Amino acid sequence: MNFFTDHILSIILFSPVFAAAILFFLPENQEKLLKWVSFVLSLIPFGFSLALWFLFDKNAAGFQFVEQFIWYAAINSSYHVGVDGIALSMVLLTTLLTPLAILASFSIKENIKSYMILFFLLELGMLGVFLALDLLIFFVFWEFGLVPMYFLINQWGSEKGEREIWGGLKVPARTYASFKFMIYTMAGSLGLLLAIQMIGVVAGTFDIPTLFERWTSLDKSLFGLDISVVKAIAFWAFTIAFAIKVPVWPFHTWLPDAHTEAPTAGSMILAGVLLKLGAFGFLRLVLPLYPTEAQRYAPALAFLAVMAIIFGAFASFGQTDFKRLVAYSSVNHMGFVVLGIAAAAYAMGGENATIALNGAVLQMFNHGLSAAGMFFLVGVIYERTHTRDLNEYGGLFPLVPVYGGILIFTSMASLGLPGLNGFISEFLVVRGSWPIFTLYTALAMIGLLFTGAYILKGIKQVLHGPLNEKWIGHLTEINSREIFVIAPLMVLMLWIGVWPAWILDVINRAVLALLS
Amino acid sequence: MQFPILSFIVFTPIVAALIIFLIPEERKSEVRVAALAAAAFALVLSIWAYFAYDVRAGGYQFVEQVSWIPALGISYKVGLDGMNAPLVLLTGVVMFTGVLISWGIDDRPREFFTFLFILATGVFGVFVSLDLFMLFFFYEIAVFPMYLLIAIWGWKETREYAAMKLTLYLFVGSVIALVGALAMYFTAGLGTFDILELEKAGFSREFQILWFPFVFIGFGVLGGIFPFHNWSPDGHVAAPTAVSMFHAGVLMKLGAFAALRVGLMLLPEGAKFHMGWIILLTLVNVVYGAFIASVQTDFKYVIGFSSVSHMGLVLMGFATLTREGFIGSGIQMFSHGVMTALFFAVVGMVYDQAHTREIPKLGGFRKVMPVVAIAFIIGGLVSMGMPGFSGFIAEFPIFMGVWKSYPLIAIIAAISIVITASYIIRVVGRVFYGKMPQEFEGHVHDVTVLDKIALVFLSFILIALGVFPGWMVPLVESGVEQILRLLGGA
Repeated sequence: MNFFTDHILSIILFSPVFAAAILFFLPENQEKLLKWVSFVLSLIPFGFSLALWFLFDKNAAGFQFVEQFIWYAAINSSYHVGVDGIALSMVLLTTLLTPLAILASFSIKENIKSYMILFFLLELGMLGVFLALDLLIFFVFWEFGLVPMYFLINQWGSEKGEREIWGGLKVPARTYASFKFMIYTMAGSLGLLLAIQMIGVVAGTFDIPTLFERWTSLDKSLFGLDISVVKAIAFWAFTIAFAIKVPVWPFHTWLPDAHTEAPTAGSMILAGVLLKLGAFGFLRLVLPLYPTEAQRYAPALAFLAVMAIIFGAFASFGQTDFKRLVAYSSVNHMGFVVLGIAAAAYAMGGENATIALNGAVLQMFNHGLSAAGMFFLVGVIYERTHTRDLNEYGGLFPLVPVYGGILIFTSMASLGLPGLNGFISEFLVVRGSWPIFTLYTALAMIGLLFTGAYILKGIKQVLHGPLNEKWIGHLTEINSREIFVIAPLMVLMLWIGVWPAWILDVINRAVLALLS
Repeated sequence: MQFPILSFIVFTPIVAALIIFLIPEERKSEVRVAALAAAAFALVLSIWAYFAYDVRAGGYQFVEQVSWIPALGISYKVGLDGMNAPLVLLTGVVMFTGVLISWGIDDRPREFFTFLFILATGVFGVFVSLDLFMLFFFYEIAVFPMYLLIAIWGWKETREYAAMKLTLYLFVGSVIALVGALAMYFTAGLGTFDILELEKAGFSREFQILWFPFVFIGFGVLGGIFPFHNWSPDGHVAAPTAVSMFHAGVLMKLGAFAALRVGLMLLPEGAKFHMGWIILLTLVNVVYGAFIASVQTDFKYVIGFSSVSHMGLVLMGFATLTREGFIGSGIQMFSHGVMTALFFAVVGMVYDQAHTREIPKLGGFRKVMPVVAIAFIIGGLVSMGMPGFSGFIAEFPIFMGVWKSYPLIAIIAAISIVITASYIIRVVGRVFYGKMPQEFEGHVHDVTVLDKIALVFLSFILIALGVFPGWMVPLVESGVEQILRLLGGA
């Protein structure tokens, strides 16, 4: 049609690079300039994503706005991008959270220029994963996103705390957390990398839509093993890589450290978008490439998901560190996403599977909003009190009524109060999974109960109870910039809670295509 | 007659060496300017040759032939193909940046640059030689100045030992390879050392199986093949910075390249027979090299052993005897050359300021030398095969090739990726971040503009290749087609 609509995905994908390039040439000491320029530039991908949302034909099947160029011809890999409803909602989430996270980072004091450049590179990595339709390109962006996140945690993470490593050597907690994050995820990706190489060798292409047919219909034996064995191994290689990222119990141990030590905006993006990459990997690659294996191992995956839901909630309840509490809640909430995916994989079609998968995708979006919101609110109070210890707070509601109201609202969305977004998606997942995995879904309800418990614990410890006198006169109310960060998230939480059809319509079509 | 660009490339350094040698010793700045001018000239020529190569036509281009000793069938014959074009470019790049960062050498710079340039001529010569005799001739020219460069300008603690060890190792390796080459010459009975003629000689299978290990391992020593890799970390560490850059960046490729051109391409049947166990040696290189690197406390040894690991990947790609493997190795030779030149440059810069390379004693260098820190991080990302950088572009096809031939080895070799990531992160964290020790405060300064130019130039190449592989891959692919023809046709 015209240049704009033909290349809109590349424009969205590479506008963060453009932004980073502009920042590179700005003077380092102009802090205010750097911050505002970053914020304005981060609105560019968001604007284009909005345009994409309205241009997107939600009734058409398959990938839209597809672009394909030769990239690495020698091994048949091409730069191939496209969106379906699932990817579209994730792109919107990413481009929405990035400007908000940048706005939330206005309180950063050191090295603002590098910080902002890394943030844009992070956005590039995440968007690339959601848009990629080539396995190699998918992996490129998947790995690449690690680098900026590593540095964000390592350099701008919380300055307090030490961790003891082998031999009694003490290292700063952020060094420990970032190293663990990097090595954990890289080790997880290793299986993915090997499996991708193997698929490339066997199928002779990395093109995802082509692989959907060529790889699934493969039936000769490979490497002296039966094809079903090879596929099962490759399935687990993919699954473990994505399970680490989600994270699914028992692969979640990197998460509390990374989330807790990351700077506020880093946690927002980490919980808001990065965890979705794992779930998205299941949807984009695992289900279509390994339908048989996914069905066979779905009960195991559902079991892990239920464990994540229950243990995530218990662990969260046991925390005394506000940020760690929120971090574990991610394990709990992302468990529902995996439960929905596992249920859909097991049933493969039918009404229940559709409902469960719709719920899972919507839960990805919703958790993106509420987790980002919660981490931001933790950051707001941490910046004022310089502590995250729940026992240090207490009775702050009279001091910060507006903040208190916002915190309660966001917590309720996270808890799954009807009328707010979390309820819709968790209900859909549970409704869809119940007939498929009745026992597991029933067990997950225990987790849901404790979700209520830890959320209320958080609220109680911070806002209610006897007032901790030392904060009188020291604690200032949430400022207008901060309200501006949280407001769009709150609007969306309420909007999806009251009228979810606008987003479910977009998701549903892709879900149906996935299950057919 | 076309412009003899390859001869210009090969002889520019040695002519420059002569000119530099004629400059009076005390006029050090003239020496430096002359060296830089010559290096820049060689770089421009190699860029020109690289981009003037017609990928679509393929084959050997810019071929020049001058009969030298007709009685023995020796002629000066050079040519450029898809495999050596990136290496010629690499040598130009390393030579130029090596001169840039050696600006500060104050101890007899005239002699230093003279030897360095003789070395460069040898390296260029090996890469473009199409005559077996000339190849050995240039090979020895490349090895010999190395001894003097390390023994005279090297690190005081180990320079004599390392120089001796390196030279002996390499001479022994090359003598073994030479025996194989002579066997080929006499058995072929064509009365020529012309590699293209020998390719068609049709050696018997038994002959090839007998002689292939001599030639491949003999040259493989310079490529750092296990268990003959031992000279290389010692040599790297003892050498002055520019020489380490040359050494790890280019010289190790010389071994790998000669093993390919003389071993694999002339004795393809032997290669098919022996590669099954040779790939195991390279696997040891890759994994063991990474483990050893991860326990070093000397900054330069970390990089030295990482080279062993990465060169193992090059040889592993050869050993797969697959299209993907060769393509990957071809790119890896270039990518690793640039990366390791960058690494050694950084190590040199840190050492010049801190006068120690013990990693636990360093720290916080990012604050005083930010460009150096970023360059090292980029090199580190290349080293761990991070997508978006050239290392990924190179390693991915190598692994695909290994999958095609020995799937299990691919899985084992992949361990090295995580190990590499862990030691790179550790080094970055310890050297460039963290707190700067008290004794360095105020004594450590930023590097010079010339150093920065060199680092930015090298980093730029690594990223450009990672993001747009299209400017190198088709070229290497065309070179690989020739190798595959030999492997398939024999």
